[in-house]
Amino acid sequence: MARQGWPASLFRAAGTLRESVFPPRPCPTAPGLQYRFSKKARRSQVADLLEVTEAGLYCAAGDFYIDPWRRVPRAIITHAHADHARSGCDRYLCAAPGKLILRTRIGGGSPIDALRYGESLLINGVRVSLASAGHVLGSAQVRVEHKGIVWVVSGDYKTAPDPTCHPFEQLEADVFVTESTFGLPIYRWPHPDGIAAEINQWWRANQAAGRTSVLLAYALGKAQRLAAMVDPSIGPIVAHGAVMKLVRAYRDSGVRLPSIDGVPPGARKVGNGRALVIAPPSVAAGRWLRLFGEVSVGVASGWMTLRGVRRRRGCDQGFIVSDHADFPALLQVIEATRAKRVLVTHGATAALARLLCERGLDAAVLPTHFTGEGPPDASPEVEEAEENAATSDAKSAAGPSDAAP
Amino acid sequence: MKRFTDLYWQLDATSSTTEKVAALEAYFSQAPAEDAASALHLLCGGKQSRAVSLAHLRQWAAEAAGIPLWLLEECYAQVGDLAETLALLLPDRLSPSSETEPADTSSSPQAIGLAECVRTTVERLRQAKDEHAKREIVVGVWQKLETRERIVWHKLLTGGCRIGVSRTLVARALAEVAGVEPAVMAHRLIGASIATAADYEALLHPDALATPSQRPYPFFLAAPLETEPAALGPVADWLAEWKWDGMRAQLVCRGDGVAIWTRGEELVSEAFPELLAAASHLPAGTVLDGEILAIRDRQLLGFTTLSRRIGRRQVGKKLRAEVPCAFVAYDLLEAEGSDLRGLPLEARRARLELLLETHGAGPFDPTQAAPTAAGDHVLWLSPALPATSWEELVGWRQGARKLGVEGLLLKRKEGSYGTGRTRGEWWKWKVEPLEIDAVLIYAQAGHGRRAGLHSDYTFGLWHDGQLVTVAKAYSGLTDAEIVEVDRIVRATTLEKHGPVRIVQPTLVMQLAFEGVNRSTRHKAGIAVRFPRILRWRRDKPPAEAGTLADLQALIDQPS
Ligand SMILES: [Zn+2]
Ligand SMILES: [Zn+2]
Repeated sequence: MARQGWPASLFRAAGTLRESVFPPRPCPTAPGLQYRFSKKARRSQVADLLEVTEAGLYCAAGDFYIDPWRRVPRAIITHAHADHARSGCDRYLCAAPGKLILRTRIGGGSPIDALRYGESLLINGVRVSLASAGHVLGSAQVRVEHKGIVWVVSGDYKTAPDPTCHPFEQLEADVFVTESTFGLPIYRWPHPDGIAAEINQWWRANQAAGRTSVLLAYALGKAQRLAAMVDPSIGPIVAHGAVMKLVRAYRDSGVRLPSIDGVPPGARKVGNGRALVIAPPSVAAGRWLRLFGEVSVGVASGWMTLRGVRRRRGCDQGFIVSDHADFPALLQVIEATRAKRVLVTHGATAALARLLCERGLDAAVLPTHFTGEGPPDASPEVEEAEENAATSDAKSAAGPSDAAP
Repeated sequence: MKRFTDLYWQLDATSSTTEKVAALEAYFSQAPAEDAASALHLLCGGKQSRAVSLAHLRQWAAEAAGIPLWLLEECYAQVGDLAETLALLLPDRLSPSSETEPADTSSSPQAIGLAECVRTTVERLRQAKDEHAKREIVVGVWQKLETRERIVWHKLLTGGCRIGVSRTLVARALAEVAGVEPAVMAHRLIGASIATAADYEALLHPDALATPSQRPYPFFLAAPLETEPAALGPVADWLAEWKWDGMRAQLVCRGDGVAIWTRGEELVSEAFPELLAAASHLPAGTVLDGEILAIRDRQLLGFTTLSRRIGRRQVGKKLRAEVPCAFVAYDLLEAEGSDLRGLPLEARRARLELLLETHGAGPFDPTQAAPTAAGDHVLWLSPALPATSWEELVGWRQGARKLGVEGLLLKRKEGSYGTGRTRGEWWKWKVEPLEIDAVLIYAQAGHGRRAGLHSDYTFGLWHDGQLVTVAKAYSGLTDAEIVEVDRIVRATTLEKHGPVRIVQPTLVMQLAFEGVNRSTRHKAGIAVRFPRILRWRRDKPPAEAGTLADLQALIDQPS
């Protein structure tokens, strides 16, 4: 097993890695899937710098884990979502903009070291750096370099614009470990500006009818992004306690958000039919919504693409907003990494891996603890399939859950 | 197409009848008559046919999306609806498929109406000389439609555009638009063929139309009896009959020939030439309500056998000999050209018996199966079951399954012939369903509200240490249970074949069904009728589920 402790000295920055920093590229959401790869790409002879172990993705040379699903001595965390960040590890490393959020999620105790995007660090001779993944505030791709071989672990990522986090940074790699939550060609996101206009219109229409607009969205990332997307001049924005906690963490991390009110205890008829209420999906089943009188319920998620999911949610409106890359963006990012070998994890892994193989890459499924391969069924957590699939053990270990009021 | 698409999604999104009627009314008051006629045809469940093969449609969509076919199937497995899958895959903007037909995009404006989509396109597709020409037409329409519209169009193309709205609601909305009574509109709609703008305009005309002479009356339906029969009051107030296991129909004999209508208001005259011949001897101005049954040597052949005659345009001699059909009448709706529906049942019944004494074969008694020298009769009377107490009727009902009937019908003697599902006048009192505990062995993603969830199940029973397929069932579980089963299905999948998953036998469900027949078409040699899930037997390990022998023991009706 891994050695105890993780010498703090190792976390001193070893200088900015120029060669790993690429200017972010614009991401055309091309309708046709133009995608070329050399048919002749041989099975790469790259040594496995990272491997899947019982506890998660492990780097033996550097003796650290990336997004482990068990308690380990040293964990590099791509972002603070529950399926990536578990509490109870001895020591954490994450991107500097996400440190406060990670602290909010895993609670006190274990030290968290932070690395600025682009800054690099030597761990037992392995060079580690973090690049923005554009998923939520502080989300990172982990770049691991050893003996001239570069692995990049994407974590969750998106290339679409998001005013509440740093834009996605395109890296190059020999081996790219990519997420594939929406790894099927049916998932193509509309531009967020258009969705923002739809939400604004829905909010106004509800106001005209004297209804409160309740927008259900994942408490970390999506909720803050939505608050920053909508037009705050329409009316007051109110947030559920679980969302508010992270709104504060975002603000304390320097993200500017419009004015958002919490719900005071014992309040009734909050917002008076004029407010936009942002809440985690779990409230849909409970009594909490009764605080708002007559409501119209919208859900913001990439899964809203599917009519079956929209209908099962029983919501009045589905808005297609995702913090994950859609299918064209996944292909585009994978191609731009110039990786010959691609390991696919989360979501429609088998299909994406097979497609990449057919296009001449050495692609395979990276086994994980998560079985989430399709839309989140009627579970209250709409936003991220992987959140649903997270083991209950991990959920209870993850401290305060988003669903808590 | 946009307007109809909006209507389609509005009807799909709400379960409130008020909202449905409002959406229909809004549509019909705005749509051009030509489009409205097409919409009405679809809303009333009119015949649709497949204009292109699903295989071609898949292939063209995969090509347009630039993906391999297997990936399309993966997507289908996740979406659960082919029309939606294809629409989601197609690029927003399609380049013209070739230079050979550039006129197609330039000559017509972007908007394309429902009628044009349905008739022009579908007809053009049918006439297209080859696959290439068909592809051109399909791509041409894709270019003019948005994703939402494409979903609906795919359903039209494949003949599967079903809309969750009852005819009563359609009639209510149209009545509002036309300014006539809903009942008047309901009758106008029956058997009406609305194909053109002129048909539609005539339908909406405020003056009552002369009812076309062969139209049937709206069928009066019996509601299931959920209480003890004694709660209905004195048995003497009720007429009891067999509930026949056949096809409900009206024989309409007026001046210009005979028409046979099903409960679905489909004209099926050609499928039953022997009934047409027999009814041609009835006096003009007669409408009989009853049941079409397959009968040989005064013995019921069962619904499975009868179903071979259903849905046919033409019937050969061989099939007629193998599946001879008869009509068992239980009501007289019109005599000598006048509408009798307002009379009490007893009075209608008396006239029916009189009519069939002279023109039919008298009562058909399923307990008296015997070959007759004279050959089989075609027009029978459905006998009234004599009973002086409810207990006697309980006895009749207990014998029903053995006789191949579904149970009893109870009709109030004083009652008139109602419309739709007027409750309290006619009750169906079916035999208790048969039950067996079966093991879930395959699961498939459902459709509509259950798209993406594995909600269509195939069940097996034990035979020689193996599970043999015996039934498919779609309904019976709660939404929460379906979600739970879906999780288990995903976690216990052994193999995936497209949308179908073979799972480890871990789930036991109690199934109910109406009957068991021997069948050569089914692997187990047995077919069950109307299987449905009664409950999830969480308490039962799969090894303790039923066997094929248990099911065989329930066969009561050799055919
Ligand atoms: Zn995430
Ligand atoms: Zn994730």
